[in-house]
Amino acid sequence: MLQYILTHQAEFMVLLRQHVILTCSAIGLATSIGIPLAILASRIPFLERPVLLLGNLGQTIPSLVILALCIPFLGIGFAPSLAALFLRAILPILMNTFTGIKNVEHGIIEAARGMGMTENQILWKVQIPLTVPVMIAGLRTAVVQAVSLATLAAFAGGGSLGDLIQQGIMMVDQERLMTGAVSTAALALLADFIIGLLQQWLTPQGLKISA
Amino acid sequence: MQYILQNPGTVLKLTLEHIQISLISVAVSIVIGVVIGIILTRIKILQGPVLGLAGVLYTIPSLALFAMLIPFFGLGLKPTVFALILYSQLAIIRNTVSGIETIDPSIIEVAEGMGMTGWQKLFLVELPLGLPVIMAGVRMVTVMAIGVATIASYISAGGLGDLIFLGMQTVDLNVIFAGALPLIILALGADRILVLLQRKLERWREDLPSTGLVKEG
Repeated sequence: MLQYILTHQAEFMVLLRQHVILTCSAIGLATSIGIPLAILASRIPFLERPVLLLGNLGQTIPSLVILALCIPFLGIGFAPSLAALFLRAILPILMNTFTGIKNVEHGIIEAARGMGMTENQILWKVQIPLTVPVMIAGLRTAVVQAVSLATLAAFAGGGSLGDLIQQGIMMVDQERLMTGAVSTAALALLADFIIGLLQQWLTPQGLKISA
Repeated sequence: MQYILQNPGTVLKLTLEHIQISLISVAVSIVIGVVIGIILTRIKILQGPVLGLAGVLYTIPSLALFAMLIPFFGLGLKPTVFALILYSQLAIIRNTVSGIETIDPSIIEVAEGMGMTGWQKLFLVELPLGLPVIMAGVRMVTVMAIGVATIASYISAGGLGDLIFLGMQTVDLNVIFAGALPLIILALGADRILVLLQRKLERWREDLPSTGLVKEG
């Protein structure tokens, strides 16, 4: 496997870079749209049921179906892959942020109100900080799913380490197959590990003590 | 819709194949996962390493896991079911452990005080009371299996993924839709049925009379 990487270094690096770029841009987009959207939705009472319904519905749709449905509209290549990854990644981020804010213990909010905090202060100083761990848990799910779906982007011509797996299966080339498989697995585990560190680092001090 | 109306036989056959793959994997996963979960409640030191390993397996992208299994199992149903079982272990083991460990300790004490043997305690108290939580795990695993089985078409496992891949290659929305619609119905249907079952079990667990014993600690 190492030999394969060394002899095909240029090709491997291109695929690796595309895999990472695809995943990072989808996660970036999903986070910057998903979190504000969730905060907004949590302020509007009648949105609660539709958001929860949409979230549950969306999460049962298989990743490959999302990718496949993007192709007739966006063609093949980077665009449909990014769109599919974005759609897959935004749900856990949005849902976790939304339910996190909604599930902050009522007594805590009442205490904040009793201290004379305005609704905005309660949101920014109480609800959101308390939601951070749940939010990052959503981000973690999103990242793992995105790395995984980026592998499938090979089928949409998105160009990723999945290409090596696809070619390996078609050409019955075990070197290539295993290189693709092991490197994507390593990438997924690494991403998961990094978010795990982020989670520890971003959790408010107060929550760590009580837990 | 056109493709489904023109080829109802094909769609039905692939749907049944898909159900078969998912059912076999989920059934085997439950048996293995629950047994491992029970063992982990008895030997607590193993909880960290086993759940950690299951977590690592769960993180591996599905296409990569399938690919890694090809040298050992070849193509087709075998690597697919094996991969789905590996993926399912995290949710089933974790939920079995937490289902049993969140039972009110006084209930366990009562069972022991009544002179129940270890097996009686397990089958008459722990498993029935842990069931709602285990069911929640089964639900996650079922929806996951239906989704991941789609990708298994690529390693010749059959199922509705065949239509999705065919539609992707020919850029034919009709064909993609013919695979996607039954898939979504299948996933949502399974999810709904298991949610109802889970709620029923939860209500049943809550309705149990409290022992009224003072909890220690």
